[in-house]
Amino acid sequence: MKSNCFINDDYLNYVKSISPKTNEKRTLFRAFWVGGFICCIGQVFRIILQKFCNLEGDELSAFVSLIMIFLGSFLTGLGVYDRIGKYAGGGSIVPITGFANSVVSPSIEFKTEGYVYGTAAKMFTVAGPIIVFGIASSVLVGLVYYVYYAIFGI
Amino acid sequence: MSRTFFYNNKPIVIATSSICGPKESKGAIADFVECKLQSDTFGEKTFEKAEIRMLNTVITNCINNAGLKNGDVDAVLAGDLLDQIICSTFAVRGLNCGYLGVYTACASFVESLILGGALIDGKYMNRVVCGTSSHFSTAERQYRYPLELGCTRPPQSQWTVTGGGACLLCLEGFGPKLSCGTVGKIVDFGVTDTNNMGAAMAPSACDTIYTHFQDTNRSPEYYDLIITGDLGTLGTRLLKHLLLEKGIDISKQHVDCGEMVYNICEKEYQGGSGAGCSSLVFCSYIYNLMCQNKIKKVLLVATGALLSSLSCQQGESIPGVSHAVALEI
Repeated sequence: MKSNCFINDDYLNYVKSISPKTNEKRTLFRAFWVGGFICCIGQVFRIILQKFCNLEGDELSAFVSLIMIFLGSFLTGLGVYDRIGKYAGGGSIVPITGFANSVVSPSIEFKTEGYVYGTAAKMFTVAGPIIVFGIASSVLVGLVYYVYYAIFGI
Repeated sequence: MSRTFFYNNKPIVIATSSICGPKESKGAIADFVECKLQSDTFGEKTFEKAEIRMLNTVITNCINNAGLKNGDVDAVLAGDLLDQIICSTFAVRGLNCGYLGVYTACASFVESLILGGALIDGKYMNRVVCGTSSHFSTAERQYRYPLELGCTRPPQSQWTVTGGGACLLCLEGFGPKLSCGTVGKIVDFGVTDTNNMGAAMAPSACDTIYTHFQDTNRSPEYYDLIITGDLGTLGTRLLKHLLLEKGIDISKQHVDCGEMVYNICEKEYQGGSGAGCSSLVFCSYIYNLMCQNKIKKVLLVATGALLSSLSCQQGESIPGVSHAVALEI
């Protein structure tokens, strides 16, 4: 049984009409330049590693990801990343540094409940859904690719 | 059926004490706060322990301010926002007195005043302390995201106050007197946005204020000040609009604790919220003004949004409740 007979649509519409709106142009601009800047840093590391360490292919991208994850975690630990996030929104959530932030921040937060039930158990409260859907969709894409390959043999 | 009642013996608020965190110390009422913290951890290992110590400090200070000592108080009525109101429980642990835990989210402070006042008024007890607290970091972690997670706050959100207040009620002494109280009913218009607490609570505040004026045959002009708990800027606007629809204009008398606590910028957030918001503002600024006779009649309406992270995730809307208590000097 639904108990929503009290819902007052007029009121909800009124609330919607006077609630302050997110400034889309501003947030989009901020997300664009911060997100782009983070990617540029990644690219710089990529070029450096390629030139001076002779890395290439999968190894190269793994190393760049590792460095970016380290930087994201490090800045989270210093308490800087949440400020970047507050300013940039999606610009700092989408790159891999944002993923590092979403794992490290609950680990720090729940350390007070102990390493087992706190840090370890709560580590993936934010990132859990990303991992689950990421793996599930990669399996799905893999299946499609496999079937396509089996039929057309390309 | 009436939700409003009058106190026959008029319990008196003889002493108060307040405490606030670093962010609130820069706010508009900071000069009147008794104890201002430099650090929001209060020298403790966890934020929960900090909040417990904050509430314990205000309760103890309040008893001391009245010139009494621990054993002189019959009961403490306390509340906070955390699950199973643990802060109140642990803050009162070690005080040698009775304990009544109260919870109606951010309306807990006025609930404790109404109930504490009734205990005193009926002469069941001689002295009770009513207090509530909240802490930004403990509330954030329970209701929202980890502190270090980089995410943006929507513009309609509020900021949980790090602070608290307590006041001591008894029948003899000097101070503002409780004259009547209106117990709120739960009002839910179907708001589901957990960031928009002001919109969820405004209808209940409207209902309580309207009922109060109906039951007492008073008008807004009767009061020098009508104070709502933590509606924030947006909620305040909604409340005034809702009351105007019922033919009541409170715009001259009304202030909101959430709006007063910070020097707010409406683009960023709507002001303070939390169980400590109304208690902090009342126990510091308002109490001072009343004791100096600058304002004489006050209607304190604390507003609470009765949600939990569980109820929100299951798609329930946010019910609101508001309790009102009238104080006169």
